[in-house]
Amino acid sequence: MSSHKPVFWALFAAGGTLSALLAPVLIFLIGFAVPLNLIDPEALGFARVSGALATISIALTMLVIIVLFLWHAAHRLRVTAHDLGWFPDSVAVVLFYGLAAAGSVASGWLLIGTT
Amino acid sequence: MSRETIELVVFRYNPETDCEPAYQRYQIPYHHDWLVLDALNYVKDHLDRSLSYRWSCHMAVCGSCGMMINGEPTLTCKAFVRDYADSIRIEPLANFPVERDLIVNQDDFMSKLASVKPYIIDTDDVPLSEGEELQTPAELAVFDQYTGCINCLLCYSACPQYSLSADFIGPAALTLAHRYNIDSRDDGFRQREERVGSDDGVWQCSFVGACSEVCPKGVDPAAAIQQGKITSAAHYFKKHLMPWSDS
Amino acid sequence: MNTGPLVRQISRRQWWLGASRYRRYMVRELTSLFIGAFAFALIVGLWRLSQGAQAFSAWLDAMHSPAGLAFNGIALAAALYHSVTWFNVAPKAISVRIGTFKLPDSIISGAHYAGWLLVSILVLYLVRV
Repeated sequence: MSSHKPVFWALFAAGGTLSALLAPVLIFLIGFAVPLNLIDPEALGFARVSGALATISIALTMLVIIVLFLWHAAHRLRVTAHDLGWFPDSVAVVLFYGLAAAGSVASGWLLIGTT
Repeated sequence: MSRETIELVVFRYNPETDCEPAYQRYQIPYHHDWLVLDALNYVKDHLDRSLSYRWSCHMAVCGSCGMMINGEPTLTCKAFVRDYADSIRIEPLANFPVERDLIVNQDDFMSKLASVKPYIIDTDDVPLSEGEELQTPAELAVFDQYTGCINCLLCYSACPQYSLSADFIGPAALTLAHRYNIDSRDDGFRQREERVGSDDGVWQCSFVGACSEVCPKGVDPAAAIQQGKITSAAHYFKKHLMPWSDS
Repeated sequence: MNTGPLVRQISRRQWWLGASRYRRYMVRELTSLFIGAFAFALIVGLWRLSQGAQAFSAWLDAMHSPAGLAFNGIALAAALYHSVTWFNVAPKAISVRIGTFKLPDSIISGAHYAGWLLVSILVLYLVRV
């Protein structure tokens, strides 16, 4: 029987590529750039961030980043649950894909609010 | 530094007398140009005629002498004793049932290999009298690397997914399915896709990549399977998003 | 007595400890935990943003607290490992052929690394003040 994994694998692969390109710089920027005094704290301040996210294209970019990161992680963790026998695959599907779906909806809703 | 002798620590199991496997130690002379297979043959010829193992060509073509050498899936005819320490542990290929000593049961692989139809399926109605179906060097180059598979099963022995999922078709069989799928003379993609694109096919692979690391012929099963996933996913989306299309 | 073929059992939870390539694989897979956790941290950031300036700056302060920095540090290491392992195996999935010529793996990986560098610089450039 044909598998439906291509759907989740495609999200995993797209998220894997996007996070490979973007995750290090984003974590560095948000996590370390201000404490290390590499950028002006105002660069990540409320006024600038809410101003930027009011632009639809920037909000959409943010949405794509969050959603694909989530589905990348969800699919890989589903595989790891299988690899290590954490719990049955059906549980992993509900748990990890459920978290990713909830996070996707939440970020979509919050980003509609910013625009 | 010259070595006089080396020790082989060999996995032994006789289904007629043993409930549990055991390890037997053999001291054998050291020769700089000996393969691990030569060392086993010395044991068989001079020390212990009861030792059972498969081998045939002695030149990495027949694919029958694969074993675990110090835990690594290896062709014993492609591994020199000089590259190991003074004690070499030899076990039957991991992930397969052991028939006796170093001989494993290959039935599971054989049936899975057959299930992906690893041969050219030519459905166009060109009669033989029209002559042979020609192929350009570029069309050959597409799949040439995958024809190197000798079914030695080292990739199955290295693959965690094969050991964790009993129904997984596994690296070599999926690679051969891909090899025929991308052959310009072949029309069998859809017949194979039912197996290849199933949960037991490419989608059970988590890209550990161990298959390609242990392959003695540079076939690179991991590449074939990842490219197979892309082809299979494209087929899936075309079928579901464009149901009117002919796929 | 004939016990038949011997089936050797593996440990479902510990098989990956047996060889370095399996340990590296498991580390690679678990990097996703931090990619996912970072995405959730961003969602929390968006939520705090919706509550106003004070809430948002409290979120930033939490990200820059000792615990936050410890998380960021591990997440950054995990993300870097993910990037390197992802780009290194990209040539297996992407095969570029022109006639009988096959683009070398190093070119395909190299293009990914170059893209990574460019994207990172671009992001830093866009966010600068």
